[in-house]
Amino acid sequence: MTITDETIDYVGILAKLELSDEEKLQAKKDMSDMLDYVSKLNELDTENVEAMSHTFSYNNVFREDVVINGDNRDNLLKNAPEQKDGCYKVPKTFD
Amino acid sequence: MGKTYETVIGLEVHVELATKTKIFCGCSTEFGGAPNTHTCPVCTGMPGSLPVLNKGVVEKAVAVGLATNCTITRNCKFDRKNYFYPDNPQNYQISQLYYPICRDGKVEIEVDGKKKYVRIHEIHMEEDAGKLVHDPYTDSSLVDFNRSGVPLIEIVSEPDMRSAEEVIAYLEKLRLIIQYLGASDCKLNEGSMRADVNLSVREVGSEEFGTRTETKNLNSFKAIARAIENERERQIDLIESGEPVIQETRRWDDTKEYSYAMRSKEDAQDYRYFPDPDLVPIHISDEWLKEIRNNQPEFRDEKRIRYKEEYQIPDYDIDIITNSKKLADIFEETIALGAQPKKVSNWLMVETMRLMKEHQIDADGLSFSAKNLASLIKMTDDKKINGSVAKEVFEKIFTEDIEPEAYVKEHGLATVNDEGALRTACEEAVANNPKAVEDYRGGKEKALGALVGQVMKAMKGKADPASVNKMLRELL
Amino acid sequence: MDIMSMTATEIGRKIKAGEIGVVEAVKACLESIEKYDKEYNCFVTVDREGAISQAEEIQKKIDAGELTGPLAGVPIAIKDNMCQEGVLTSCSSKILSNFVPTYTSDAVLKLMEAGAVIIGKTNMDEFAMGSTTETSYYGETKNPWDISRVPGGSSGGSAAAVAAEEVPCALGSDTGGSIRQPASFCGVTGIKPTYGRVSRYGLIAYGSSLDQIGPLAKDVTDCATILEIISQYDSKDSTSVNRTDNDFTSALCDDVKGLKIGLPRDYFTDGLDPEIKEAVYQAAEVLKRKGAIVEEFDLGMVEYAIPAYYIIASAEASSNLERFDGVKYGYRTDSYTDLHNMYKKSRSEGFGAEVKRRIMLGSFVLSSGYYDAYYVKALKVKALIKQAYDKAFEKYDIIMGPVAPTTALKLGESLSDPIKMYLGDVYTVPVNLAGLPGISLPCGYDRNGMPIGLQMVGNAFEEKKIIRAAYAYEQTRAYKRPAGVCERGL
Repeated sequence: MTITDETIDYVGILAKLELSDEEKLQAKKDMSDMLDYVSKLNELDTENVEAMSHTFSYNNVFREDVVINGDNRDNLLKNAPEQKDGCYKVPKTFD
Repeated sequence: MGKTYETVIGLEVHVELATKTKIFCGCSTEFGGAPNTHTCPVCTGMPGSLPVLNKGVVEKAVAVGLATNCTITRNCKFDRKNYFYPDNPQNYQISQLYYPICRDGKVEIEVDGKKKYVRIHEIHMEEDAGKLVHDPYTDSSLVDFNRSGVPLIEIVSEPDMRSAEEVIAYLEKLRLIIQYLGASDCKLNEGSMRADVNLSVREVGSEEFGTRTETKNLNSFKAIARAIENERERQIDLIESGEPVIQETRRWDDTKEYSYAMRSKEDAQDYRYFPDPDLVPIHISDEWLKEIRNNQPEFRDEKRIRYKEEYQIPDYDIDIITNSKKLADIFEETIALGAQPKKVSNWLMVETMRLMKEHQIDADGLSFSAKNLASLIKMTDDKKINGSVAKEVFEKIFTEDIEPEAYVKEHGLATVNDEGALRTACEEAVANNPKAVEDYRGGKEKALGALVGQVMKAMKGKADPASVNKMLRELL
Repeated sequence: MDIMSMTATEIGRKIKAGEIGVVEAVKACLESIEKYDKEYNCFVTVDREGAISQAEEIQKKIDAGELTGPLAGVPIAIKDNMCQEGVLTSCSSKILSNFVPTYTSDAVLKLMEAGAVIIGKTNMDEFAMGSTTETSYYGETKNPWDISRVPGGSSGGSAAAVAAEEVPCALGSDTGGSIRQPASFCGVTGIKPTYGRVSRYGLIAYGSSLDQIGPLAKDVTDCATILEIISQYDSKDSTSVNRTDNDFTSALCDDVKGLKIGLPRDYFTDGLDPEIKEAVYQAAEVLKRKGAIVEEFDLGMVEYAIPAYYIIASAEASSNLERFDGVKYGYRTDSYTDLHNMYKKSRSEGFGAEVKRRIMLGSFVLSSGYYDAYYVKALKVKALIKQAYDKAFEKYDIIMGPVAPTTALKLGESLSDPIKMYLGDVYTVPVNLAGLPGISLPCGYDRNGMPIGLQMVGNAFEEKKIIRAAYAYEQTRAYKRPAGVCERGL
């Protein structure tokens, strides 16, 4: 499968990655090689196979509705690159 | 001649569920709180943290689904919706796309006496995002994750509504059902109920739908009505001037009364949904479903029938009282405390309504207790206070929820049943008003009223008017 | 007494008997790391002060009779993708090069409760994406058997640290072979437990549906002992399974009579190094002589596991790694014009090439128009792979084969061709897709003296069967140390 510049740019927007021209060239090759390789899966007829998102058939794992966490703000904020007034500070968002 | 257009509206309604804790962690959902004080590694998206589902969220979502005639998805799953935004700590939101918990429901609405159904496409569970506040001092944004992970259900309707009136009737209906369930308080102004409007227009008679837009940030019924009218006009203008309507998300600014497109080249709107591997599927067994069904409360339509049979109050009163879970609760609790249904309904229909109007609050804002209303009714029944005193006391109950017994005692408002004092006052009134006495004796019944007024004035309003009447007739 | 040449449980016994002090054991580790890690680069962080103070505390508890377990006082290293409160946890990535968690992974917490002393954090492929430990932001780890070769990966730091006798044991994580393959390359033993056996809470996710934490040590006994401790149920991980059959040390018996072992014919093809093939067949002979029933059979689906794995793991990774955005923790770029520019620059500068490659692939296969063709297809193939194993386990107790098609490659050899590197995981990846337990232990050495690994795979939650077989096989061999390690102190 040929990967176009547009595809690489589009995936870059989705993944929030900015690639240099050199990296883009490499990414085009890598992705196209990889997609050709994984197309091997099309050899298999999976028409009547159910997609298996969870390997084992466990279900209904729940938590009771009880508050167990207190105020841990200062601890959590320790890793923030920038903070102000008990909040995580980020560049201005548009609304 | 101009063409006539029909508005086609579907709604996406987000409702915050009234659980104590967030959907995937044990942090409190309490409103208010200093920024980020209700957060933990899970709801701030710390590396290595994992979600564990709050059982109460599933039960409330199923309850809403049952109450809106949905089919419950017996095996459902959570999916990740991927998009980058600072209020979304993992940069994916845990939601449901492929197997939402409820599907194919409907609710009946009534506008101008016409009934119709609005179909519900699906209801899914998801987590709320945090809050972004603009900081003018640094021209940056500040992120508070207190709301991050608060449980939401999103109720997605089919495009079945044709006017703002229908939209509001539908929202009122949903709000009433959900409040009756106790699943949420559904306050639009606090954001515990939020509606996004999907709207398109088409020529009357057309089978095809037009291109729709989604309008967000609607914080009141009035804003919704205004935004619908505005978007309808905007789309018609575009069509009539030969320009295309673009499928986009728009943000409503209610103070400026216009909407603008929320577009960005960084916004691909490709959410790459896939099943969340960190959460296991949910299976809703027959037994569990039965249990939730058995716990469903009595809804409005059932109450209407019961009130009519059990309490014999007028249909009009029943309509008003059952139109609010809060009013219906006060009504039933007051009766349970021994008050006569008709009297309770009178207090609610007359004085309560009057005061609500005066104080500009709706029924959800009522804060008085059934206990104090019941005591007040008992005091009037026992003739401990008269009618005008009762109204005065009720106003205090309405505003401050005072205890009527104590209040009456403290302010000396009790009816005076001292026969001696009453006789003296009546005798004085007769002696001091010869003209009125003469008129009465001359056959003018109305003259007695003036004498009663004199006695009541002398008794500082605390006499029982019936006793005064009786005593005066005896004297004359 | 050479503490570092002992196994973890030997050290534990001697501590219990009072022959070794906990601080003494910990200092022996720290000294070994001090001396030799410059050469191998097994560690990203060594927590010297923390380890000594933990050691003092634990010694008190042992003396007071509060800690009596087999790992009380035993030093252990942790792969750097497991959070430890107050200790840098970097995933060997620039993007987390300043991240100090405020919480500890459940598996590590359980080790601490058992009295193990956490020595430090081991090097790995960035975000566990790689099979060589060369993609680390902190430089490659070298194989103690031959420093011109890779230790395998992604838990290369953990495997090499055990082989180099810098620690007696370590935790690793395994998404597509990341415990078993480095164990094999470094001549040590490692277990990848059944999915759900060990809590993933605090493990920084790569492929959430595949990741499992497991032990690496010098022998099967150590691995079983560690696994027994870390595999208790955790309510913080929805995929953690509550089971009572985690008494793995009870399976340490030298008895394989009647055990049915299947050798998948489709594993022993042209791609497999003949020396490895020979070593695995010999191991099968040994077990046969001990009373096991060994048969060859056709497993099927072998060539489809790698493509399915790379679609699923990359898709999950693309989503799991979205949280690294310069907002809440980790690296934020120095200069940016706006929010999205900040995201893009922080991520592009913070992630290495292999991580970006997988994020791009994963984002693509989930994107609109491709989801069914790639992601759903891969999940269907995963179901077929699981079926193939289910069928095999109707006949066999254990499936046995090689861990990897080659022994440790030279540094730099595999990075140039990603697909070729991915193919090196052909025997380990299907085990993760099916959620099964697998063990890797040494079964020989190639012409260059590099260790060869033997893999045994069990049915879901049947770790005990592979532990028993591996233990029985291990009894026929002596633990061999790398030449460089043997020569120390001479």
